[in-house]
Order: sequence, then structure tokens, then C-alpha cells
Amino acid sequence: MSDTIAPSARRRKHGGGTAKPPKAASLWSDAWHDLRRRPLFIGSAVLIAVILVIAVFPGLFTSVDPLNAASCELAKARQPMSGAHFFGTDNLGCDVYARTLYGARNSIVVGLSTTIVTAVVGGLFGLVAGFKGGAVDTLFSRITEIFFAIPSILGALLILAVFRTGNVWTVTLALAVLAWPMTFRIMRAAVITAKSQDYVVAARALGASAPRIMFRHILPNAVAPVIVVSTINLGTFIAAEAGLSFLGVGLRSPDISWGLMISDARERFLEAPAPLLFPALFLSLTVLAFIMLGDAVRDALDPKLR
Amino acid sequence: MKKTSTPVLPARTAPGDGPLLAVDDLHVEFATRQGVVKAVNGVSYSLNPGETLAVLGESGSGKSVTAQAIMGILDMPPARIPRGEIRFRGTDLLRLPEDQRAQVRGQRISMIFQDALSALNPVFTVGWQISEMFRVHRGMSRRDATKKAVELMDRVRIPAARQRVNDYPHQFSGGMRQRIMIAMAIALDPEVLIADEPTTALDVTVQAQIMELLAELQRESNMGLILITHDLGVVADVADKIAVMYGGRIVENALVHDIYRSPAHPYTKGLLDSIPRVDLKGQELYAIKGMPPNLLDMPQGCAFHPRCPYRQDDCVTDAPPLYEVGPTRGSACHYWREVFDDSRR
Repeated sequence: MSDTIAPSARRRKHGGGTAKPPKAASLWSDAWHDLRRRPLFIGSAVLIAVILVIAVFPGLFTSVDPLNAASCELAKARQPMSGAHFFGTDNLGCDVYARTLYGARNSIVVGLSTTIVTAVVGGLFGLVAGFKGGAVDTLFSRITEIFFAIPSILGALLILAVFRTGNVWTVTLALAVLAWPMTFRIMRAAVITAKSQDYVVAARALGASAPRIMFRHILPNAVAPVIVVSTINLGTFIAAEAGLSFLGVGLRSPDISWGLMISDARERFLEAPAPLLFPALFLSLTVLAFIMLGDAVRDALDPKLR
Repeated sequence: MKKTSTPVLPARTAPGDGPLLAVDDLHVEFATRQGVVKAVNGVSYSLNPGETLAVLGESGSGKSVTAQAIMGILDMPPARIPRGEIRFRGTDLLRLPEDQRAQVRGQRISMIFQDALSALNPVFTVGWQISEMFRVHRGMSRRDATKKAVELMDRVRIPAARQRVNDYPHQFSGGMRQRIMIAMAIALDPEVLIADEPTTALDVTVQAQIMELLAELQRESNMGLILITHDLGVVADVADKIAVMYGGRIVENALVHDIYRSPAHPYTKGLLDSIPRVDLKGQELYAIKGMPPNLLDMPQGCAFHPRCPYRQDDCVTDAPPLYEVGPTRGSACHYWREVFDDSRR
């Protein structure tokens, strides 16, 4: 970005594009301009939008309320796919379609809240450690290394065993405790790079205070990699929630979770594959969508990686 | 640093009898893995309001480090200031508590940098960055600060300032970027402006425009200007006096005309002799032989002696003090008289 022809060069590369001149060519508007033309981004964004609508308003797509135990009829257990039950019924005679839709909410909540907690905690500590350096940095870095040494599944099992209850918030906490060091490292590295840039020295010479330099000059220039990694992590957190629920330490009945549904259906899988396959399919699509989004965002924010 | 009494920053209007800014016997060292690098070894210079001091020297001569010490933007550690004073209107900045020091930065003493593209924050518009000075230091509203930013952009001759205020640094050409940097630096009417190689990254025609702009702004506001450069051509028209640095020391200081007419230090003479001249076309260009000194392992005696055509035995053992050549000039050479006579011939 060292020359003034960058915006026009970029437009040309995208073959014609729009005739509108790029007016504010900030990193973010440039990235947005770039993103809107990527099939990868459009595909994942549409998928995520659909999943979000399902998560927020599952009632729009089904009249069955799976949270109400009366919706299940034991006599109709393991029915195949039909007009009445699109995805069939499970071991307890509950409608798999409705349960899969209602399961989206917990996955999204765990994924989003874990991402927010890790980005804020890891990002803030990383910002401080990278900016202050010295003893503060050493202290934080050693602490994160302790966390890196804990195998994540074992760590999460242990934390959830201590809580004795598995719900959305304890799962979020367990995942966040183990995941923030990664965000920390990425933020710290980005801050150290940004800190030595001339504009930070210039800001100091022109009288900016330390907090101002940290939040106004360094943070906006260091936040891009954290956003990328957080987007990709969102998908893996959703998968991790399913994994923990499958193992019986995550969400528990009567909460609905894809991992829990897979776990419940696995013993009668050959007899009735639908109760396992459909939540697994939704899970895979959701995780895939977020990872694809992360990839697209990374490409847009860091053209050099392409 | 010893703290005996807490000095107080003098007011802008303080009737100073001394110079505006005086650097006195400043030493700066850097602790590195290879040892202590003595970047600045006893530099002294002074600056009066409305005056332009050019600090001339090659890379590693300590000219930028001195400027950073004045601004107080050296990273300490690894940097250390074992000795010296930097008096601003009589107050030693080095003994000033940090909160008062911060009051000086940007408001009383300001600085512009060599590469304006990397010195401007890439994620904010130039208008945002200029108006930040007013919002932070003057507590102005966003709207008023932006209005002031446009005024400043006009003042540093950026065409169509009103339309360009929301553009990002990379959308400007090199010369325009440097103007924006200058606008930020003069926003709060500093009494001293330090320009660290302000034109090095620019092409020659733009260089002249930037120097003209700086000179004009200086006339309007009567600020003192320290111009750090390695380009003798830039200096001649704008500077009042020159300090030539070599190996962390000032080897010669003089009024600008004196130094061009008759340098009194072999290094200065070498620099002037290496300027290409039309009347010597076709002849081999003069160059100072050898390499700049290694700051980790400075030569004994005079730092310039390994490269000096005037070297005698005592140059290897005794470091020359700054000899008085005239009422307004000095030269750190035992044999300045020979150099001086040679250069007048």
C-alpha cells in the first residue's frame, strides 16, 4: 500500500466491477469491497445468516415444540423420514427435525460467547503485554504457556467436572479458559509489530499519552489477525461444544444440543441413522461456514497471504 | 538521573535571556548485547527563536538520537543518558517529571519525520489525525477540530483541503504526506520544530517546496527550527547555522556562509569536496576514504583520524576539543588552521 494507485489497481483486478470510485479507502472499507466479490464469503455468509435465523426463531420453521416433553410419543420411536416427521423420530419418539432446529441456538450461543470472551480477554492481555513488554510481558507469556501445556479436551473435562453442571455458560467458561492464550499470542505479536512502527513514534513525539497510543494507534492496526482467528475459532468452539456434550460433560438433557443428539442416537445408529446424521450434518455445515468466513476475512484483510 | 529539586516548566511568554533551546554536553548510550554503544558523546548546541540550525552528519553520527533525546522519545532502556542537559527556556528537560515532559511534547517542541507515510497511522484519515491534536490537547469538539484541520491543511498548501480531509495517508503523494505531517507538528504552535530528514524520501523539486514551506511557517511563527539532514544542498538556503556531527560529536559548528566558504574541519571539507560540480565534469569525484566509525569500538583520539588526510601522530592519541576558530564558530581538529588555510585557497 505504498503508492496511490492501489485502489484503482485493485478495481482492475476484479474485472470491471462497479463504476463507483472508491472514496474512503481504509483497510476496512477496502476489505469489505473485496469481500463482497468473493464466492467463499457470500456462500458462508448466506449459510451463517440462515443458521442465525434458525437459532433465533426456530419456531418459524416448525410447529413442534421439542422443549415440551409432551411432543414426544414413545410409541412412535425411531420412525423413518416422513411427511409428519421430516427427519424421522429418535429413540424417545421426539421429532428430530424440530430438535435439530432448536439445537442451533445453544451451539451459536456457546460459539459466540466463547469467541467474545477469548477475543476480549486474550486481546486485552495481549495488548497490554505487547505494549508494556518487560516483566509484564514475561509474566503473561509464562502464564499462557501453562495453558498451552494442558490438552484441551482433558482441561475442559476437568473444569466441567469441577462445576458438576453442564450448561451453556459453564461450557463457555471451560472453552474460554483454555482458548484465550491463543488470542493473546496473536494479539501480542501484532502489537509488538505495530509498536515499532514510525507512526507510533510520531504519535509519541506529537504528545499522545500512553493509553491513547495503545488504544488509538496500536489497537486498530493490530486487531485484524485477532478478528480472523476469532472467526475461525467460532466454528471450532461449536464443534468443541458438541464434542463435550457427546462425552456427557457439556450440555445435558433436557437442553438440546447437536452433540447430545448424536450421543443419544449412536447406539441405534444402524437401525435409525437419521437422528444421528441430521444433527451431524447441521453441525458440520455450521462449523464449515464459520471457518470459510474466517478464511475469506483473512484473505480480505491480509492480501499478502494470498 | 539525580533529582535535587523539581524544576518547573517556564511559560510560553517567559522573557528568556538565554537561548530557546540549549543542548549541553549530552551523552547517550545504548546497552546492547555486543556492549555499550556510545551514540552521542558530548554534544552541545543552542537555538534561538526564529533561528534555523542544521545538524549535518552521516548515518550513525548521532544526529537523530540527539533529537530523540530532546523529544524524550528514546526507549529507556536500552538507551541511557549518563550526562548532559537539555535546557528549554532555561529548564532542564531531562530533570522534568514525566507529566510535565508530556506537556512539552507536541505542544512546545514538535517533530516531523523522514518517511511521512510510515509516520502517519494507516487506519485513520488525515483529517482525523490532524484534528486529534486539537481534540486531545485543546479539548475541542470533533466538528471544531476538523475545521481547524482543514485550515491547517490549507496553511501547508494542500490543494482542495476540504475534499481531501477524509482521505487516508496512502492516497496522498509523498510531498503531500510530508505536508500533512508538518500540519500535525505545527498544529499547537510549537516554539521548537525538529525536522528529522524531512526531505530525504522526496524527489528534488518537492524537496525545495517542503523546505520553502518550512521556512515560511517559521517566519510566520518565529519558531526555532532544527533541521537534521545529511544533504548539504538542502542546508545552504535555509539554515542560519550548521553543526556537523561525526561519531557522536560535533566536529564543527559555524554560521552557514562561513562553513561553505571555508570549512575548518577535514570532515566538513571532505563533505564539501564530494559535492559534484559542473566545472569539474569528467574528473573523478572526490570521496572521503574509509568507513564511518564503529560505535561499539570507537577509534582512540580523534574519531575521524583513520580517514583524515591531515592526520598527525597526536590525532591518534588525543581527542581534540572544540577549538575556537572565530567568535561564532568552532572546530574539533588539532590542525584546523591548516584545513582552514587550505580551504580558503
